[in-house]
Amino acid sequence: MIKFIVRRLISGAVLLFLISTISYVLLYLGGGDIARRILGQTATAQTVADKAHVLGLDRPLFVQYSDWLSHALSGNLGESWFTGQPVTIAITSRVAVTLSLVLGATLLTAVISIALGVWAAVRRGWVDRVVQFISVLGFAVPGFLIALGLVIVFALNLRWFKPTGYVNLTDSFPGWLATVTLPVIALAVGGIAGVAQQVRGSVIDALRQDYVRTLRSRGLSQNRVVFKHVLRNAGGPALAVLSLQFVGLLGGAVIVEQIFAIPGLGQVAVTATSQGDIPLVMGLVLATAIIVVIVNLVIDLLQGWLNPKVRLS
Amino acid sequence: MIDSQATESLAEASQRSASHASLSKRMLTNPTGLVAIVLLALVVLSAVFAPLLTSHDPNTASLHDVLDPISGAHPLGADSSGRDELARLLFGSRFSLAGAALALAISAVIGVTGGLIAGYYGKWFDSLSQWLTGLLMALPGIVVLLAASSVLGPSMWMSMAIFGVIMSPAFFRLVYASVTAVRSELYVDAARVSGLGDSRIIARHILTVVRAPAIIQGAMVMGIAIAIQAGLEFLGLGDMTIPTWGSMLNDGFVSMYRAPLLLLWPSAMIGITCVCLTLFANAMRDELERSSTKPSRRRRRAASRAAAFEHEPVERHDDDERSREITGEELLRVTDLAVGYDKPDGSVSTVVSDVSLTVQRGEVHGLVGESGSGKTQTAWSILRLLPDGGRVTNGSIVFEGEDLAGVSEKAMQRIRGKKIAYIPQEPMSNLDASFTIGSQLVEPMRVSLGLSKKEATERALALLARVGIPEPKRTFAAYPHEVSGGMAQRVLIAGAVSCDPDLLIADEPTTALDVTVQAEVLDLLRGLQAEMNMGMILVTHNFGVVADICDRVSVMRNGRIVETGPVRAIFRQPRHEYTKALLGAILDEGPARGPLASGVTSQTTDAAAASPAAGNVSEGALK
Repeated sequence: MIKFIVRRLISGAVLLFLISTISYVLLYLGGGDIARRILGQTATAQTVADKAHVLGLDRPLFVQYSDWLSHALSGNLGESWFTGQPVTIAITSRVAVTLSLVLGATLLTAVISIALGVWAAVRRGWVDRVVQFISVLGFAVPGFLIALGLVIVFALNLRWFKPTGYVNLTDSFPGWLATVTLPVIALAVGGIAGVAQQVRGSVIDALRQDYVRTLRSRGLSQNRVVFKHVLRNAGGPALAVLSLQFVGLLGGAVIVEQIFAIPGLGQVAVTATSQGDIPLVMGLVLATAIIVVIVNLVIDLLQGWLNPKVRLS
Repeated sequence: MIDSQATESLAEASQRSASHASLSKRMLTNPTGLVAIVLLALVVLSAVFAPLLTSHDPNTASLHDVLDPISGAHPLGADSSGRDELARLLFGSRFSLAGAALALAISAVIGVTGGLIAGYYGKWFDSLSQWLTGLLMALPGIVVLLAASSVLGPSMWMSMAIFGVIMSPAFFRLVYASVTAVRSELYVDAARVSGLGDSRIIARHILTVVRAPAIIQGAMVMGIAIAIQAGLEFLGLGDMTIPTWGSMLNDGFVSMYRAPLLLLWPSAMIGITCVCLTLFANAMRDELERSSTKPSRRRRRAASRAAAFEHEPVERHDDDERSREITGEELLRVTDLAVGYDKPDGSVSTVVSDVSLTVQRGEVHGLVGESGSGKTQTAWSILRLLPDGGRVTNGSIVFEGEDLAGVSEKAMQRIRGKKIAYIPQEPMSNLDASFTIGSQLVEPMRVSLGLSKKEATERALALLARVGIPEPKRTFAAYPHEVSGGMAQRVLIAGAVSCDPDLLIADEPTTALDVTVQAEVLDLLRGLQAEMNMGMILVTHNFGVVADICDRVSVMRNGRIVETGPVRAIFRQPRHEYTKALLGAILDEGPARGPLASGVTSQTTDAAAASPAAGNVSEGALK
């Protein structure tokens, strides 16, 4: 088990290294004359050169990168070119907000899609058809349209929720709940559609397995077999889809945060992108990659717990 | 997710690739498919003929017309810069669709080429591209696009091109999976032997298989590209000089309070297009699946036709002295049993009919016949564990005075395991790979017998020892994949007898095992049956096994019993042609099984048990 975790951690570290290298090279090479872009067209050549020197942009790319990397390893991701705020602080102050949205959406996705998927797989018939139909719609309609719809219906017309804003979970739980409900639902709909389909499919597959009949032949009820044995066996593929959905949710959060004016990573991302604030963009890419690596590790551990064969290999 | 779905349909598609020509026709007769195609065609046509449908220029701003409501001049109103909303919507279709098409083209070209090379030639390119796809899927697409646009500036074409690269794993995986599947097929080897070049093989055998799933995948990618593009522009990171659905959304969001309809038009357009693309993909997948399930339907029809054979009288042998010796109470009386499966068109296909048999306590009743003769269906119907759609359509199954055909599922749960137990054919697939062997033994005992965990564990260990497992504790803690097939079958036998049943139904309990293990397992079954004085129904296709262990035998063909009687009578004087044929097959060329283990339990030393080896069964052995 420990060997398994260590191996996953090493491969995660390799992945992070690759992502950071590739994005660094692309961002800094693709950025063109960065100092000029920061200072604008009116700056003299001399000021631009000075600025480039201050930022260390006049050094060879390899030197710049190894410098960035050694700082990054000690937790220093540089400063924003536009606000001067350390990138690490800009990100850590926002990451909790985004994570609370995304984890909330993941949890909601898992619970609802398991319920819908199992229901459809066990009952079949019209239940199955309704769940399938909802899944297709939920999958097809882009998340931000759902978000817009939710704002218009529940915030502007019914006034059940505030259309925008965010209250920290640590400040007030009801306040947090009131502000994140709509964004979390908007984020979760697409994932629910996808994961419910997968759960349905793998529960139907698992129900056809021979061991289901054998367990029932020993006097276990259908429900018991479904919830203990079938669900555990169907859980593997469903988790795999859930982990893919999680990556999608991180992306979806960017847009949803914008619609609901939630101060998370997404907002930083949009500002940093439109300004061309490369250190901040770099930090965001890295933060996203770290989150993805950690989530994948957790998912792998869960897979191992669900399926003893995975544990051995 | 689209990956796994498309790969699934790929597997189905690869089963047959001939019916592609009719697929497009079937798509037009599929209601969902037709609606999706018509709506998508309308969207495309409106984009193509945009200049004919509106006289406005999509980019001409007019201060007079800012946020104009719907009017003759502006059929859908005007936006916050006074530009005509309808013109922007129609011209926007052009750019939005073209952008998504660019992403689609790039991802298809990269993915298909990469998948072909990696799958067909493998080697380093294979591992490299696997790595790259993993890398591409590790980051959310929109974050990559944001990073790219921070250095490249807002360009719709550029971001769609990059998005095409990000989405290329969707096609890569699809093609890769199909190539590796097809490459090992015999017909590809044959083609290679007959001198076809790689490119011909790829074109003829691989691309035809991939075509339909790739179209499905393409529709999905196109939908996601439209959504992502609109999302970026909605965030204000798009190119504001060209009209697109996304930039209209952005504009509409800003004036949401003053002119909410401005949000509706682009939303509707994006929503309809994305939903139609998904519906199109789903309809196509349904059609693919339908065409691949046809053969099995044909098979079932064949089965029901066979079951509809003319009713012939059952050849019934009278009891002889030996079978009269078994005078235990009657456990089970099945009368005129019929089993049917509901078909989608509402009719029922009958797989078993007019089956009648009895089992007494201490008696072993063999159910013999070739595969598909309905013996397993009969066994499952007694347990009321028929697969989905299957049910008892006629007759009664009276067990200890109660008709199981009519009792509630709850009552049935109390009977299963405790009264009637079941030993399956295939040992490995009948154990749940996710739980230890021990927990699978303990759980039913706790539920059915109400034992405590400790008691159940002790009993399970004792049972494992009884069925001949050398290290019960180790096997108890092991997972199914850690034990051999023979051991797994012993575990299943232990599980079946764990709740002290009166009737044991064994469905080909030795068929999946090695020949040497078969004899031992049969021996174990006979020992347990005698020890616990159980009645037993033994389903088998092997008359050798019948001779070894059964007291009474019923021969089944096409869902009916054709001959029944005491085992010795049938061996001596088979009356039905089919029985004769089955017996003849064993005597002539049946595989010789090794002699039974010497420790044959003494209680069961009837003639059949003493017969040296099933394969060598002869009239002499039974006299």
